[in-house]
Amino acid sequence: MTLPAHPPSRARRQTAAWAFVAPALSVIALFFAVPVLLGLALSLSDFDIYALADLGNLRFVGLGNYGQVLQMPLFWQALGNTVYFVAFGVPLSIAVSLGTAVLLQSRLARCKPLFRTALFAPVVTTLVAVAVIWRYLFHVKYGLVNHALLSLGFDPVDWLGDPQWAMPTIILFAVWKNFGGNMIIFMAALQAVPQDLYEAARLDGAGPWAQFRHITLPNLAPTTLMVSILTTAGYFQLFAEPYVMTQGGPLQSTVSVLYLMYEEGFKWWNLGTASAVAFLLFLIIVSVTQGLLWLARRLSGGRA
Amino acid sequence: MADRRALLRVGAAGLAAPLLAGQAGCGRADPNLLRFWAMGREAEVAPQLLAGFERENPGLRLQIEALPWSAAHEKLLTAFAGDALPDMAQMGNSWLPEMAALGALEPLQPFLDKSRTVDKADYFSGIWATNEVAGRSVGLPWYVDTRLLFVRTDLLARAGFERVPRDWNGWLRCMAALQATGVATPLLLPTQEFEPLLALALQQRGELLKDGGRRGNFDSEGFRQALRFYLLMFQRGFAPGLSHNQVANVAQEFGRGSFAFYITGPWNIGEFKRRLPAALQDRWITAPLPGPLPEGVPGGGPGASVAGGSSLVVFRHSQRKPQAWKLIEYLSRPAVQQQFYRLTGNLPPRRSSWALADEGGRSLAQDRHASAFAEQLERVRPAPAVPEWERIAQEMQLFATRAAFAGVDLEETVRGLDVRVDAILEKRRWMLDRSAR
Repeated sequence: MTLPAHPPSRARRQTAAWAFVAPALSVIALFFAVPVLLGLALSLSDFDIYALADLGNLRFVGLGNYGQVLQMPLFWQALGNTVYFVAFGVPLSIAVSLGTAVLLQSRLARCKPLFRTALFAPVVTTLVAVAVIWRYLFHVKYGLVNHALLSLGFDPVDWLGDPQWAMPTIILFAVWKNFGGNMIIFMAALQAVPQDLYEAARLDGAGPWAQFRHITLPNLAPTTLMVSILTTAGYFQLFAEPYVMTQGGPLQSTVSVLYLMYEEGFKWWNLGTASAVAFLLFLIIVSVTQGLLWLARRLSGGRA
Repeated sequence: MADRRALLRVGAAGLAAPLLAGQAGCGRADPNLLRFWAMGREAEVAPQLLAGFERENPGLRLQIEALPWSAAHEKLLTAFAGDALPDMAQMGNSWLPEMAALGALEPLQPFLDKSRTVDKADYFSGIWATNEVAGRSVGLPWYVDTRLLFVRTDLLARAGFERVPRDWNGWLRCMAALQATGVATPLLLPTQEFEPLLALALQQRGELLKDGGRRGNFDSEGFRQALRFYLLMFQRGFAPGLSHNQVANVAQEFGRGSFAFYITGPWNIGEFKRRLPAALQDRWITAPLPGPLPEGVPGGGPGASVAGGSSLVVFRHSQRKPQAWKLIEYLSRPAVQQQFYRLTGNLPPRRSSWALADEGGRSLAQDRHASAFAEQLERVRPAPAVPEWERIAQEMQLFATRAAFAGVDLEETVRGLDVRVDAILEKRRWMLDRSAR
């Protein structure tokens, strides 16, 4: 490598570098760092409507809010509900995305652009609007789903009114709403898998399942890792679906951690507790994501 | 004050404040503009209702802004935080203690003292009491809402009951008879509302909070009795189970005779008049809520119910308080309240509005379906006036629902509820004790 005749000094280069990133940094500081720090400060106080009326009513409670949240039965129920949603929603969502992507890539598929658009459509629709339609579809008496069940000879299910069924219904809705995005990512990744690998496999006598298992899946591994991390982090932040469809009910079976935070903060105006919930959720998402990365490293033998 | 608001704007209300502040900015430009926040259906009819006021006050410009009920509470708090409240608003009367604790409301006593048209004695006393916080009026009742029975009289007659039962025992007997004559679940008791259980609890002697609103009193004999009765409805199968009590079209099911009793509020009068077929119109009636003691003994017969409704308030920071009060006085005129009832079905809080005859020469008190409300309104009792009440009531309902459907026993329910309520009231205790020192 050849250097210019008079290289600028190290200090000057650093100044220039800082000057270039300064606009971005200041925006990040103003709109990310400052609110996050304020939120952290808020989570150490008992900010509520009394403090809103008079700051003299504000108490510094240290980690008291965290202790209180961790002792709240509803927090653990909300966490359980959220983990349930993530544990079933994420694998299902990824399986559906991958399945549709493989089907759409297949040489046998007809009208590909039409199907691609149709399957992607739920992602671009407004969540609130389609949630209202789903509520009609899953209505216990007049819903299309129960109508179909009845005509097949099954008993009707109170999808959104029964604590056992409300979360599965929400999972179905979320998967249907979201799988299209990951499907597009998988399709792009599939196109990057070299065709000669498949040709070689076919020559070796591999059937479609063996090809999928030994060529498609390993080639998609990095994509799958990224998709599962993004989807997990997204699904932990479950909020709009229960907010629109069940308002956390029945019997709080669809209260998610974020929904709990919203209720604490904006319904009851306990901003201290709400901030503590937010930071706990943040810690949970970070540790789960790290866990996924660690798992991926283990599985790939330290290569990823 | 300004520092605090500024701090909060950066912090909690960061998202909503600029938007609301923008609105407020337009308002301040015009000194003759009176901003009025109303909710739901009331906001829709307000322009029509206030046309007369605008004619009487040509110098004043009214700006009515509609809030959806579901978001109204949050909007009011956020607007307070962002210093963007209007001059006056409609407000659910259960929110008054909270807004008063914030110091957002203008005390109305000076206006009431001078007023020649608003007379405290003319208002139902239970409703008036909900507008007083620590003995001071902070709002004026606009319309009232209480819960009582909507009854299918033909189904009762078929079961051998010519009269609607007026006490708990009669009510239980009647429901058993209805069950025996083919009404499988005679009572619709939606578990997502706390008002029916609250009404039963208010029928008991004793308070729901003790020590001046410092601690829960749900462990008391009174509340136990109310909860026992409430749970009995589900144990005996009078009220449908959890998964079937969310009825989509209540009027249709009421018409089909799926249930004969429904504890609900005045808005369903208009709803049922509109939706039920003509043949059924003389087969349903409203009746006061049965009480725990048998009719005939002192304090027996029909019992108390909740004192709900909306009030009109003036905000403390408003620059146009006299004009806002003028508007409140206008809306409190019996003739205007009559028009309001006709537009919305909302029941007036003044006895003189109930007695006022319309063009047909009939008064609201003589109305077949409204008259039971007039009777019930004489017996409404306010809920404890603490800012935390809304949350406490929801916890109460949640604990009761768990007791009904998740097998939690009564003892555990009332004890657990008291622990939860005491935790909610912790800050209030600290505040009261501090100010006492």
